[in-house]
Amino acid sequence: MDRHPENHAAPVLNKAVPVRHPGRWISAIVILGVLALVLQSLVTNPNFRWDIVGTYILDTKVVQGVGWTLLLTVAAMVLAIVLAVILAFMRQSDNPVLRWSSWVWVWFFRGTPVYTQLVFWGLVSVLYPKISAGVPFGPEWFSVDTSAVITALPAAILGLGLNESAYLAEIFRAGLKSVDRGQMEAAEALGMGKTKIMWRIILPQAMRVIVPPTGNETIGMLKTTSLVLAVPFTLDLTFATNTLANRTYLPVPLLLVAATWYLVITSLLMVGQHFIEAYYGKGVDNLAPAAVNPAAAKAAAAGRPTGVAPSAEAEPALKMDFPEEEAK
Amino acid sequence: MTITTENPLVRIEGLHKYYGPHHVLRGIDLTVNQGEVSVVIGPSGSGKSTMLRCVNLLETISAGRITVGGQLIGYREVKGRLHDLKVKEIAAQRREIGMVFQRFNLFPHKTALYNIMEAPVQVKGQSRQAARKKALELLDRVGLADRAGHYPSQLSGGQQQRVAIARALAMEPELMLFDEPTSALDPELVGDVLNVMKDLAKSGMTMIVVTHEIGFAREVGDRLTFMDGGVVVESGDPREILANPQHARTKEFLSRVL
Repeated sequence: MDRHPENHAAPVLNKAVPVRHPGRWISAIVILGVLALVLQSLVTNPNFRWDIVGTYILDTKVVQGVGWTLLLTVAAMVLAIVLAVILAFMRQSDNPVLRWSSWVWVWFFRGTPVYTQLVFWGLVSVLYPKISAGVPFGPEWFSVDTSAVITALPAAILGLGLNESAYLAEIFRAGLKSVDRGQMEAAEALGMGKTKIMWRIILPQAMRVIVPPTGNETIGMLKTTSLVLAVPFTLDLTFATNTLANRTYLPVPLLLVAATWYLVITSLLMVGQHFIEAYYGKGVDNLAPAAVNPAAAKAAAAGRPTGVAPSAEAEPALKMDFPEEEAK
Repeated sequence: MTITTENPLVRIEGLHKYYGPHHVLRGIDLTVNQGEVSVVIGPSGSGKSTMLRCVNLLETISAGRITVGGQLIGYREVKGRLHDLKVKEIAAQRREIGMVFQRFNLFPHKTALYNIMEAPVQVKGQSRQAARKKALELLDRVGLADRAGHYPSQLSGGQQQRVAIARALAMEPELMLFDEPTSALDPELVGDVLNVMKDLAKSGMTMIVVTHEIGFAREVGDRLTFMDGGVVVESGDPREILANPQHARTKEFLSRVL
């Protein structure tokens, strides 16, 4: 027991002089100086016209523009995510036709500018005045006017969503590939079917890799919606502030209005992403044990005589502190 | 100790496996009786893991037949011709066969409890309550009742492997396959896993164990098979083979691992 008597005396803690970092102080002074100059110009330069920013920041047209921009972003991303999951699964399929189709889709929609695609969807009713369903070269079942179905809003959502689906499909494919092969094998060995393995085992783990770049894409989409002018869709935030700027001949304050709103929405999206990441990181990044009461667990398992091994392992942390004493 | 009544659960006949031009298994014959513990040893690259993985079709069978419980694995034989089974039929066959992997392969996004409940609920359609009760019993059996709510990354290797064994047992398989279950473990954690496996053997489970644990083979094995270069070199009573190996290759291998 008393083989280490010196252990009883408290150790003298090392008190070393830390290394100085003058660079940190210098850079802080430079940055603060620049910041002060920027702030000063923001406050004193009359051309910013903060009074106009204040007038228009909650203007009905602007707030409605924020709403439409959000709607476009969410609808286009939902469409893109649904398509991307399907495309990524197709790309992993054993069926060569599905694999090839998925590849061509990504090739096409990633390979042409989103602006071009938006203009195209705006013109689709010129190209195809009627949408009809039927057998090729055979009978026709029904037919509708394209201009009645694909109005500016659906055209904008289709244009943004289909383009985005190609990028997301690649993100999802990378995510699915990042999951260890052993996970698939373990699930297969348990007799799980392909669909269940994908949705319950592979995709939830892939989400850890998929969510951060998808958040990036969502924020990108928020700003890409300013291109829907090409359709033309004329209710989004950028169009609304541009119209006001043209009317008032004050472009700068209205750009500030738009920028403020984009920043606010981006910040909100970042908060949302944080929680989604925390959810899919459970077990890996986020290690709080799930709420299973050990006492209740033991009681539930008490159909069999207890007193078996578990108690021996219950307090490893305590034991590790005094391995010597435990042994004696 | 050796079970003499012939009641084969697993029959491997003339099993060959090619990976492209590589001929990995060159005609394996192995029979495992009901309730028997069949231990397979051999140098790395001898094909022992590949053989094990063929039994539940994690590898396709290039040539030969495997039956488990009289059922042909991976194929249906119609008028003398083999037809590949559908994915669903293969999944149904795998349900009867539990597998424990060298690298555990627990689902990292699920707690120990939910790892065990997953297949009974999702595959067998058991109620969550019943599956939960059974899972907690199994956790208790492998000595981890107090770790139910822990994620795999919060468990030691030995604990993870014991959860993996419980996960396989939750499907109530008639056969358990162990693919080097202790090879990825720190030496001091091997014993806990082997103890669980010994208990399982005593309970009458039919097991095929690919391992480097010669002590386990001697103590628990009903049959020992030594593989090298894709063939079975020697097979028989573990204690006899370990004490008195007949082939030069067996002798050489044992002299290196013992």
